[in-house]
Amino acid sequence: MAISANTQALAYLVSAVLFILGLKGLTHPASARRGNFFGMAGMVIAIGATLLGNEVQSYGYIAAGILLGGVIGSVIAARVRMTAMPQLVAALHSFVGMAAVLVALGTYLNRSAAGLLEPVLMGEISAGIVIGAITFSGSVIAFGKLQGLISGAPVIFKGQHLLNAIIGLVTVGLAVWFATSEQLWALVVMTTLAFLLGFTLIIPIGGADMPVIISMLNSYSGWAAAATGFTLGNNLLIIVGALVGFSGAILSYIMCRAMNRSILHVVFGGFGGESETGGSAQATAIQKGVKSASVEDAIYWMEDANKVIIVPGYGMAVAQAQHALKELMELLEEKGVEVKFAIHPVAGRMPGHMNVLLAEADIPYDHVFEMDEINPEFATADVALVVGANDVTNPAARTDPSSPIYGMPILEVGKARHVYVIKRSMRPGYSGVENLLYYQDNCSLIFGDAKEVCEGLATALKGQGH
Amino acid sequence: MPDTLVALYVFVLACFVGYFVIWGVTPSLHTPLVALTNAISGIVIVGALLVAGAESAGTTAKIMGFFAVLLASINVFGGFLVTNRMLAMFKKKRK
Repeated sequence: MAISANTQALAYLVSAVLFILGLKGLTHPASARRGNFFGMAGMVIAIGATLLGNEVQSYGYIAAGILLGGVIGSVIAARVRMTAMPQLVAALHSFVGMAAVLVALGTYLNRSAAGLLEPVLMGEISAGIVIGAITFSGSVIAFGKLQGLISGAPVIFKGQHLLNAIIGLVTVGLAVWFATSEQLWALVVMTTLAFLLGFTLIIPIGGADMPVIISMLNSYSGWAAAATGFTLGNNLLIIVGALVGFSGAILSYIMCRAMNRSILHVVFGGFGGESETGGSAQATAIQKGVKSASVEDAIYWMEDANKVIIVPGYGMAVAQAQHALKELMELLEEKGVEVKFAIHPVAGRMPGHMNVLLAEADIPYDHVFEMDEINPEFATADVALVVGANDVTNPAARTDPSSPIYGMPILEVGKARHVYVIKRSMRPGYSGVENLLYYQDNCSLIFGDAKEVCEGLATALKGQGH
Repeated sequence: MPDTLVALYVFVLACFVGYFVIWGVTPSLHTPLVALTNAISGIVIVGALLVAGAESAGTTAKIMGFFAVLLASINVFGGFLVTNRMLAMFKKKRK
């Protein structure tokens, strides 16, 4: 019971609309799940319409692939820990990239067997392969860095940009050559170089820039799908590719803006890792020394506070402190303290990472606020508790023009009456910049593992009784 | 108008749709957004089905198609389910 090409095209249109509505659902947490279901429905319709069309003639390989992929995907989705979301996303990006490469190569083989090759098609195939391959190897590197398989530090060597430029130009040259000459060797070399390029493009980028990299590779995976759409003359793939491509691009832009850096600086920068000491105000501040406080000191001010703002960062994720924070929040609320959470856009390893971890710990989303909403409130907060966040709280970003992070928007934690920072050591953050916050009179550091300290705070609160 | 040009029209207009829709997404849902876009970029499965199921497909093309279907399916299933799992955690204050 094959459906006609026109019916199929209409089904694809319905599917495209469902995807758009699905993304639109993420405008608010209340409508988000419905949005995800729209997305699923769109995918079911798209796959169904494709299978029923008369281009698909055999189903053995397809059934095996969907079955196996479905099981693997479902198991991963059910098991993955929320702290590992960045890795999962990187892995999934690499799959889209590789699938795009395989589809492009397979299409080339099929069309060549049917004698239907022409230059425009081969150009589109080349684009699919190049973008897909870069997405694949770039995502593999990102995965390795996030998983700790390879060092998160930027790998920089002399002539790096020149090398990338040469590889890029040769790749494009080969694509053109292949499209016009049908030389198979050009296709093979082009594919190899594109894989290499993804590797050399991502390897110089440091761990702190992961939110940008994840967003960028998200974007690439979209463009790879769009290129596949051009190859196959399939409007659905083109639409979805454009949606995803723009989604990733906008996220990259938001992340860059939150770090006050240009996308070019991130891509070519190799930021993070190296320690840049010196500078005017910093040196003097370091001399002043920092205050260290105990759990009891912090509780003393927190339990009688009107408002406590908690600032989570990547350190919270590493220590898995979100559940302890939830308990702390409840205990404080029982004592009539207003508790809010403040999230910097680049806190964590991917956009929105902290929000998911807090949600995982059952912290209601109406307690969680974005930087611009919460910043005016620090001045009226009695206590700001910083849990594993560093650079995003550094006042040097506002006051010290010589600082590498100058101009970056920060959470104005220092304006709270008392600031407690939970930290494992005095090591500076990813930017390598000393945090001037720690030298302010109202700031004390509680040294220790974020989870243990938060549990300690909760226990101390309980111990106080009524 | 040649097909490639129509495709270009669709592409450019879809870019604008993407631009406006994505700016509306609340920052607290950016991780689910990445996961959901991941799932829907599994739409390359359509291309994979066409490669694996084509009449003219030889063994090499079929095997390539199989792996493309496999990878894209992992994306589709993994992406949608993990997004659902995350979104289920976003709750308002109970009481």
